[in-house]
Amino acid sequence: MPDLLLVVVVLALVVVVVTAPLRARAGAEEAEENAVRAELEAARDAKYREIRDAELDHRTGKLSEADWRSIDRALRAEAIEILRRLDDVTGAPR
Amino acid sequence: MLIAGKACLILALALSVYGIAASVYGATRPPGPGAGGWTGGQWVASGRRAVYALAGVLLAAFAILELAFLRSDFSFALVATHSSTTTPLFYRLAAAWSSQEGSLLLWVLLLSLWSSLLLRLTWRRAREIAPWATAVLLGFAAFFSALIVFLETPFGQALPAPAEGVGLNPLLRHPSMMIHPPMLYSGYTLFAVPFAFAVGALITRRLDARWIQLTRPFTLAAWVFLGTGIVLGARWSYSELGWGGYWGWDPVENASLMPWLTGTAFLHSVLIQEKRGMLKVWNVGLVLATGILSILGTFLVRSGILESIHAFGASTLGVPFLVLIVVLVAGSIVLVAARAGDLRSEHRLDSLLSREAAFLLNNLVLVGLCFVIFWGTFFPLISEAVTGTEASVGPPWFDRYTVPLALVLVLLAGVGPVIAWRRATPRNLVRGFRVPVVAAAVVVAVLVAAGGVAERPAALAMFACAAFVLGAVGQELVRGTRARRAMAHESVPVALVSLVRRNRQRYGGYLVHVGVAVLFVGVAASSAFQDVRELRLSPGQRATVGGYEVTYVRPTAALRAASNGRLERIELGAVLRLRRDGRALGAVRTYRSYFPSQDPSLGAISRFFEGEATSEVGLRAGLTRDFWSAIAPDTAELRPRIARGDRVFAAAVDELPPAAWNAALGRALDGLVASYASDPPAATFRVIVSPLVAWIWLGAGIAVAGGLICLWPGGTRGRRVETAARAARVARDVREPAHV
Repeated sequence: MPDLLLVVVVLALVVVVVTAPLRARAGAEEAEENAVRAELEAARDAKYREIRDAELDHRTGKLSEADWRSIDRALRAEAIEILRRLDDVTGAPR
Repeated sequence: MLIAGKACLILALALSVYGIAASVYGATRPPGPGAGGWTGGQWVASGRRAVYALAGVLLAAFAILELAFLRSDFSFALVATHSSTTTPLFYRLAAAWSSQEGSLLLWVLLLSLWSSLLLRLTWRRAREIAPWATAVLLGFAAFFSALIVFLETPFGQALPAPAEGVGLNPLLRHPSMMIHPPMLYSGYTLFAVPFAFAVGALITRRLDARWIQLTRPFTLAAWVFLGTGIVLGARWSYSELGWGGYWGWDPVENASLMPWLTGTAFLHSVLIQEKRGMLKVWNVGLVLATGILSILGTFLVRSGILESIHAFGASTLGVPFLVLIVVLVAGSIVLVAARAGDLRSEHRLDSLLSREAAFLLNNLVLVGLCFVIFWGTFFPLISEAVTGTEASVGPPWFDRYTVPLALVLVLLAGVGPVIAWRRATPRNLVRGFRVPVVAAAVVVAVLVAAGGVAERPAALAMFACAAFVLGAVGQELVRGTRARRAMAHESVPVALVSLVRRNRQRYGGYLVHVGVAVLFVGVAASSAFQDVRELRLSPGQRATVGGYEVTYVRPTAALRAASNGRLERIELGAVLRLRRDGRALGAVRTYRSYFPSQDPSLGAISRFFEGEATSEVGLRAGLTRDFWSAIAPDTAELRPRIARGDRVFAAAVDELPPAAWNAALGRALDGLVASYASDPPAATFRVIVSPLVAWIWLGAGIAVAGGLICLWPGGTRGRRVETAARAARVARDVREPAHV
């Protein structure tokens, strides 16, 4: 008998948890995040990391001044392009 | 509680199937409400909640099982066959996963917990991929739930319930065994997370770096857990199995190492994809292979398909696992082939003198190692399929291929930190490699001058490579700290901590490299310079091994009772006294424990010597060398007395009341043990003196610490963007989480 009671309680809890979104008002879930925006934000973060890594490589002597400046310039140009596209998606002021 | 446990498992299977259906249906529905007014998002949310509910019901099932073990409830067949009232409480808690059924339950429980955590943390940021990843994770959960519902249920009933259980396999009574399986399974199940997200990314064609960033903490955690599990297994083998080794190229050991190797390769190559948009096919291939190898690892332990000292499973699960692996391999190939166009690299390799190139080489070595181990592990099956005769390869075969690959791997662990991303000039390389090369050269010169090392070129090369790594990482820390001090005017300790804190991934990774180098120094030294001897000594006799003078001082013999007073085991051992360079080092004890068999056909006395037996190692461990010893007592002289005792007690079973019979048996065993102690025969000792074994455990600890530094969550300052001109934004955003 205690077994059966336990099973019924667990089953009831499971049904309540799993069907909660279906019982909620349609659209009550948070607005879907724009997948393109998420992708661009990921690219931006990765580019920033790349710029910082190049700078650390330069400061620790692994990149010459000239090489670092050239790489840094290229990376920043790529980052600006990503930000431009991100602004297009988010409608942020330019 | 058996019914409640079974019901939880059936519910888990139902939830898994429902969750897959809801997630896939929700992900494939067009926008807007459908039948019943429900949107795709609502179905996806319901599928996600099925994962949370799955974790809940599996936790309940596991709690029921653990409670049965704690209470020694022998109406549970699993408890009756894997525990007993004499099993210490500590090990009763772990006994659940010593069984096939319990470990499968633990596997799916851990999977559900990690999946819940993953979805809780990421679903908002990966709305397209997450439903498919949910379906894949629930697919694994459905498979394992089906196994424990239909084939290997942990909630089988023992009819009639025995008064006493068989007990836990004595070999598993070791503290490592409490945490070794959960660690391994956490590693395996955590590797299912990037696998599932890779499948989701392939299906939705979202193959940018997003899924990699979201799953990186889980991949790193999998790497740390699996690595820790492997080392704990090695430690258990060293101190419990009585052969004195920590790695024997056993199929089950290899099974855990393979996904760890491909996972390590993935953690490196994924950085290239993240930074440069390169190697997408390779990375997807690696993560899919790692996921499949994790399932293969579970399969090898649980199926018993290959002979192993660690395989505690029967062969009933072979076919279902094989079907799953075939489906995973075929599905992965089809999916990658179908998305070949989306997996094209965005850039090309700028230079062969770059960190990208070093990572690529490191990947090839790691995958090469994995292939060698795979081939050697499955060679018995391959040879049987091709020639009809089962043949296996031993440690020398593995060593022939893995030693050179390991040397290259450790060398690359030093090259990676020194070389720049994108391209390095010869001048920078000379500047960067000067210190590591000098460190390696000094170590080689000192060791050769010291003598005895040059005859082992592989070991000498490994010491040189490790010195190269330590030199490279040390130099990086010094230069980074110096740069940080120049910028922030901080003291050396503050600058060092700031440097690591602000670049956790980089310096955590370097620490892992140091750990790996230290570990391999331990492996090389203990393999190449160990002294192994089999000694037959009588009390008072002595021998010399590896510079230690070993004296067999006296025998030890004892009956050991469990906490409830029942006889648990007989211990026969020895006290050994050690001296080195004329200095007394104290004594070590080694003994062999004999656990009684539950076989009723055996005699009352002999059942104590026909059951499981384990070796307790006499170990004197140090930073420079370990003295390891294990006794094999000679019980031949006891055999006639044991046989006579069996006959006496068989005759007395009808004549004496049980209590008196048990008391007499206790006295007889006492007498037997006392006779061994008073008139001991010569005993055989396996004695091993190995240098630097402690470095293996130390190196592993350093590597885990490095992994934890990488895992430690960072701030979100890098994400603060939105205003001002873009170029200024880039400059500011890059500067904000100040780099050095």
